[in-house]
Amino acid sequence: MINADEQIIQQPNPPKSPEIKLHENSLSRTMIVVVFASLVVITGYTLMHLDAAGIQLNTAFKELATNLQQMFLQPSAGTDGFMPLLQALAGSVLLSILTTIIGAVFGFFFAVLASKNLTNAYLGAGIRVVMAVVRAIPTIIWALIFSIICGLGTTAAVLGLSFHSVAYLTKAYSESIEGIDKSTIESLKVTGAKFWVVVFQAIWPTIIASFVSWTFIRLEINFANAIAVGAAAGAGGIGYQLFVASGMSFDFHETGLIVYLVIFVTFVLEFIAVKIRQMYLNR
Amino acid sequence: MQSPTNFLKHKGWHQTAIIAIIGGIYVFASWILSFDNLAGFTAIPRAFAWLGVNFKPTSSSMEFLPKIWQKLIQTVLLAISSTVVASAISIFIALLGSKVTGINGTVQTIVRGIASFFRNIPLVAWSMILLFSFKQSDFTGFLALLLLSIGYLIRAFMEIIEDEASETMLALKATGASYFQVIFQAVLPQILPSILSWILYTIENNVRDATLVGILTGTGIGFIFDVYFKSFRYDAAGMTVLAIIIVVIALETISNQIRRVIL
Amino acid sequence: MLEVKNLQKSYEKDKPALTDISFNIKPGTFVAIIGPSGAGKTTILRSLNQLIKDDDGQIILDGKDIRTANKEQLRKFRRQIGMVFQNYNLVERLTVIENVLHGRLGYKSTLAGVFGKYTQEEKEEAMSLLKKVGLENFALKRCSELSGGQKQRVGIARSLIQHPKVILCDEPIASLDPASAQNVMELLKRLTDEYNLICIANLHQINMAKKYADQIIGIRKGHLVFDEDADLLSEDILRTLYDQDITKELE
Repeated sequence: MINADEQIIQQPNPPKSPEIKLHENSLSRTMIVVVFASLVVITGYTLMHLDAAGIQLNTAFKELATNLQQMFLQPSAGTDGFMPLLQALAGSVLLSILTTIIGAVFGFFFAVLASKNLTNAYLGAGIRVVMAVVRAIPTIIWALIFSIICGLGTTAAVLGLSFHSVAYLTKAYSESIEGIDKSTIESLKVTGAKFWVVVFQAIWPTIIASFVSWTFIRLEINFANAIAVGAAAGAGGIGYQLFVASGMSFDFHETGLIVYLVIFVTFVLEFIAVKIRQMYLNR
Repeated sequence: MQSPTNFLKHKGWHQTAIIAIIGGIYVFASWILSFDNLAGFTAIPRAFAWLGVNFKPTSSSMEFLPKIWQKLIQTVLLAISSTVVASAISIFIALLGSKVTGINGTVQTIVRGIASFFRNIPLVAWSMILLFSFKQSDFTGFLALLLLSIGYLIRAFMEIIEDEASETMLALKATGASYFQVIFQAVLPQILPSILSWILYTIENNVRDATLVGILTGTGIGFIFDVYFKSFRYDAAGMTVLAIIIVVIALETISNQIRRVIL
Repeated sequence: MLEVKNLQKSYEKDKPALTDISFNIKPGTFVAIIGPSGAGKTTILRSLNQLIKDDDGQIILDGKDIRTANKEQLRKFRRQIGMVFQNYNLVERLTVIENVLHGRLGYKSTLAGVFGKYTQEEKEEAMSLLKKVGLENFALKRCSELSGGQKQRVGIARSLIQHPKVILCDEPIASLDPASAQNVMELLKRLTDEYNLICIANLHQINMAKKYADQIIGIRKGHLVFDEDADLLSEDILRTLYDQDITKELE
């Protein structure tokens, strides 16, 4: 075998020197170590004190395995029938599209007003703070709050989902806008163009690709949220059917079918998103 | 060839058509869902007026604070621990499944499939199935968040590995280093900051999602909000929302500071 | 002595990327491979250390064929063959000296390598190599803080610490400004003579090839069209190589 390789470079032969350091302590290295260590410690502590309500873990896991098997290997429409489930599914899809459109329109408007390179600092900062607060409140809580005013149902669901969407998209869009090269904006400003003319002639065409990607990401999130709101706030749609099947009538076969339907829709949404993104990138 | 005026005209038509289609979808969806736009938008000011009156914490609602605080801490701990366990599992699977470090095409396809399957099963479904087997306990919430996070993190980690580590991977392979040496000396040091950034993001997200899981499975902050809300103790419910806002924004701020240092 | 005989490679069926490439290189020779983009320069270079598996032929380094080596033998071949990349391919977040020491991984047990345990001798050698490439004051800097030319010199030090017989340079100066490019080429030339290396570089700059290389290999559409001393590279040959008149670049 090959072992003739050591003699090519002569070893330097200095007197025994002190140990050579490989790196200095930098803030970034220390930070990574500290954060990882604290996360692990917190996790260890939490898992040791986790309240398992006195259940037998291995029987529970066995039961889970049976349920999963019923769900994924023997899905069926159960007592509801296939068509009503499809209708409920369509309702959830429409709900997510509707709220994404609302989110995109208002989100773009607020994003323009919130971007540091476009507006005065106070208005921008104000919008950003309000949006951060709106985002911090989970969608489901928004839906519950609106359900008191409008009653349980579509209106509460639409408003609840829209609020979070607007706040989320405002942040996403304004980050894209802030990434625009300064000269693009300046070159139109010096022609004396009005503010909204600059927005639609210079900014809109520049960010359209990332605008489309973010909007479709939000559409996928909104579909998941539409299901959650349907289940936890009784707002109807496939989420409510899922809640009834899995939490009230314990029909895991039907739960399985609903899960498959949901997965199918998310795949379709993802596929459409990829296609449309390609269309905008190639133009 | 198109003339420039024709092109602009065409583009104008194109935009008008897209706007018309989107508007059409909006109207159609409103009609099918019987969403009354006018009633909806007028409900917003009424909702905030109502919030201002009813959600305002009073002096008596301060006594709820210790209980809310305890549940909130518990929720944050659950969000952190489920994320950490999920990332430990995900990094391992992502290494097996990425195009750069993966074993072979078949394994890569399987890993991608599993990740997207886990990601797309609704959180509601996980919560309810687990609730049935594991009853009303923190463990149920933990598992639901864990399973959802795994789906997201596998995909994120694979993308990070493919974006950031392929060049150094090649260089170390050329020196004759073995697979594990390359992973530990080149791939992991290179991707660690991005991984950490994703872990922090997932923790924030899990705190929000824990509210939903809590409402469904009767645990943590979601449960306590649900209880106050349904028993018309709106001042206490308002207190809970306020506490959630503070914690989520605090987490976001801390994460951003950490990111600024490490990236 | 490196002998390449009848090397063949095609990525798609019936579209050969390399056809029947043969050449010999003696130790202490700086070789430049030139030719238009897409001619197959990178494919040749990367099949020499089997990062790309070729289809047929022989690659013989000191009497042993690298193509027939098993996995373990291939690792041992690879550690005798250093590689320098256009984009440096360093672990940007680690320090300069850590990146240099990566060149030793091929000599270490898996476990020692995984935990990054290096001996004092290795560390001292890394320092002396950094001195040789003029970076002794940068040992503890993160690679992301270096300029392109400095990064490339770290890459060269990383390949030298492997104690190589061959150094492969894949477009080593394509991302560098002219002054740094000059520096890197001079360094490679000096090291080739000093350590009696075989140094093979893919180059786009013909003037650089003329100035520094001892031997020049010209590739066109996967065929070897020139393999002589650098002095013998004529305008006629360049014209056939590039299908056009680029003789101005020679000045």
